[in-house]
Amino acid sequence: MNEAKHKNMVGLLSSIFAIVVGLLFGFIVLLASNPTQAVPGFFTILTGSFTHGLKGIGQVFYYATPIILTGLSVGFAFKTGLFNIGTPGQFIVGAFAAIVVGIRGDFLGSAQWVVAVLASIAAGALWGLVPGVLNAYFNVNVVIACIMMNYIGMYLINFIVKGSKTLFDSLRNQSLSVDKAAEIPKMGLNLLFPESSINGGFFIAILAVVLIHFILNKTAFGFELKAAGFNRDASKYAGMNEKRNIILSMAIAGALAGLAGGLLYLAGSGKHIEIVDVLASEGFTGISVALLGLSSPLGILLAGLFIAYITAGGFYLQLFEFSTEIIDIIVAVIIYFSAFALIIKTFIERFDKKRNGGK
Amino acid sequence: MEYIIEMLDITKEFPGIIANDNITLQIKTGEIHALLGENGAGKSTLMSVLFGLYQPEKGVIKVKGKEVKVNSPLDANDLGIGMVHQHFKLVHNFTVLQNIVLGMETVKHGLIEMKEARKKVMTLSEKYNLFVDPDALISDITVGMQQRVEILKMLYRDNEILIFDEPTAVLTPQEIDELMNIMRNLTKEGKSIIFITHKLNEIKAVADRCSVLRRGKYIGTVEVSDTDKEMMSEMMVGRKVNLKIDKKEVKPGEVVLEVKELSVKAKKEGHTKNIVNHVSFQVRKGEVVCIAGIDGNGQSELVQAITGISGMDLGKILLNGEDITKKSIRYKNTHGMSHIPEDRHKHGLVLDYTLGENLVLQQYFTPDFQSRGFLKFNKIDEYAKHLIEKYDIRSGQGSITSARSMSGGNQQKAIIAREIDKNPDVLIAVQPTRGLDVGAIEFIHKQIMEQRDNGKAVLLISLELDEVMNLSDRILVIYEGEIVADLDPKKITIKELGLYMAGSKKEEVKHHE
Repeated sequence: MNEAKHKNMVGLLSSIFAIVVGLLFGFIVLLASNPTQAVPGFFTILTGSFTHGLKGIGQVFYYATPIILTGLSVGFAFKTGLFNIGTPGQFIVGAFAAIVVGIRGDFLGSAQWVVAVLASIAAGALWGLVPGVLNAYFNVNVVIACIMMNYIGMYLINFIVKGSKTLFDSLRNQSLSVDKAAEIPKMGLNLLFPESSINGGFFIAILAVVLIHFILNKTAFGFELKAAGFNRDASKYAGMNEKRNIILSMAIAGALAGLAGGLLYLAGSGKHIEIVDVLASEGFTGISVALLGLSSPLGILLAGLFIAYITAGGFYLQLFEFSTEIIDIIVAVIIYFSAFALIIKTFIERFDKKRNGGK
Repeated sequence: MEYIIEMLDITKEFPGIIANDNITLQIKTGEIHALLGENGAGKSTLMSVLFGLYQPEKGVIKVKGKEVKVNSPLDANDLGIGMVHQHFKLVHNFTVLQNIVLGMETVKHGLIEMKEARKKVMTLSEKYNLFVDPDALISDITVGMQQRVEILKMLYRDNEILIFDEPTAVLTPQEIDELMNIMRNLTKEGKSIIFITHKLNEIKAVADRCSVLRRGKYIGTVEVSDTDKEMMSEMMVGRKVNLKIDKKEVKPGEVVLEVKELSVKAKKEGHTKNIVNHVSFQVRKGEVVCIAGIDGNGQSELVQAITGISGMDLGKILLNGEDITKKSIRYKNTHGMSHIPEDRHKHGLVLDYTLGENLVLQQYFTPDFQSRGFLKFNKIDEYAKHLIEKYDIRSGQGSITSARSMSGGNQQKAIIAREIDKNPDVLIAVQPTRGLDVGAIEFIHKQIMEQRDNGKAVLLISLELDEVMNLSDRILVIYEGEIVADLDPKKITIKELGLYMAGSKKEEVKHHE
């Protein structure tokens, strides 16, 4: 078999295996918390998304949109040898930039949503750029810089939103709703999935997946970034500009996470920036998505859909008197073990090696 | 006849590969028995079986005529088998004495009791002429001394059978002579030695008998005194090998690479001495200039400064008369400098890339392989196939083989193909044959000489003295970061070269202007 194809097969297999292991552990948690309802509960997780037919499926796509993008952000950075744990910060500044344009940019007319999305990309890129610059020029650890940027982003945006009369809804302690023109058009998806929150943002996410796939696999720029990711010393030896590559790679990763924030908060589904001291969970979920998808853009797309599917199914567990905390734990356990895809991949490869005699 | 160790019909298989195929090795008491073979011939596997790290599928091991089971290195130690590994296993911030007793400390009332140990170590070192300072820190003593500590470690454990794994790789010719004497002394006292090597000179000098392995198979055992080197190398490789290089007379042309007063300061805290100290030299067209020296005397830093991989603090580098001191690596790469790096896994290759991708690692951005940011994969593939054929790079699946799965020799060939095919003005080759088998060495030497004969400048950095003597037109000896001699290989012997390398001889280096 062709080596590249074989590699993809191994990747897919390990991800599926990881999911199975994750589901198994989820089932164990179900059993432990409520033995009598465990089996129907488990069934609900697996099929819950279909309960409301097409609406439910639409919801899955809606939930998947931001985590595909944050997953893509983490996965892309990872392919270039960087661990972007700054997605929550990039996500929230992206969201903030989007709602600022969405609330104040009514003079933009019908282009308002486009400008808002672009603003989210720019803000996220800026938030990713800072750790990149710090790492390239001052050798500051990317992970630490990213974590700092997460908190700076969260508190700064809380501070600005709360202090701004034009953005803050003091009654609900959250940001105001964006203008109608700033909401992302449905692009016909509302006809396909009636009553769901799905919108054109999903297409934008797919577009991003394709774009990143092309950059990584077809361009000279991607060739450099991946070389640096696999072996930074060799990329330096080959004359590639490592400082520039680190900075660009982090900026692109940040832009993707920022876009995730923008798309979610412009979805017109009643999402607002709430003034709470919690890092955006969509950012961290991106790490799981990237791990389950083994950092490949296509894998991330599928992983994002799967995790959204499980999360949506989890909501329906309430029917069986599982408390919401337990549901969160079960979903988290499934996601958590799914992220072990990488370890399972190494196992499969080792087994493969043994069988083929190290060739 | 008395054998102290017999390994009879040992077969060790790894999935898909037979590492040891029915190998028999018999060691007489009190002899030095050389184990000769190329990389991957199965020497290490065989020793690992003897050491209890692997269990053989077939065959028995006998010690002093009694059949034994060796299940772990601890068993091996109990049977009196000890080993000096190629890379020493010493704790650098411990003293010599502490290292020797490590793992076998005598304890009294929960406290370490060193008096007895010290006495035993002193007696041993006198008996075998292995003088070391027991209170010196390992980090302060020379590599040769560290090796003595390793030997003392074995003696302290009362080992009878001593395995030396490529012990001379890190030593100067003088230290090698001393080691040979030590080995002879050890056998005089009744110890038996297995000497793993691929250097025929050393076998000739010290070994009594020699067993040869080739591709996992046992080829034969010969009395060293009745055999010549040609015969042994033929047994090892399976064909006649010509390591002698026919050097054409080439008159060196104009200067291609010039290094002026280059210095690199020490990066470690507390070290004030320059790692590279005011080094100046020139390399001309059609000449191989070799920088010889013991590992760690600043060669790596010097090359990395010239190629731009790491920085330099003082000095100037000129390429074809142009000052390239401050130019980027890419500029140097694309303006006539090729670099075969010291560490092919760290710098030379992206192991997770395919062979084809590695072959264009420095050229992917040129119009030949890229247009408007997109790579031309068919062109890359074409070029890769061309190089694979031209340089005989062997791999499982041609240009789409992942570099990681290739053998060391073919990985090195790929790097050399890439660097030479760029048609450089100056080729900087750092230990280009390290860890390779004879066939690959032959090939690489031929390529380097071809560059020279075609009027290119070659800067060779090597630790292998034979390589230095055979290839170079001029030898610069580096010692503690300084060029201490500029020698003509035709006019000196290996012994003299060794003295310069060890720093015990210096000459006033003429500065070319």
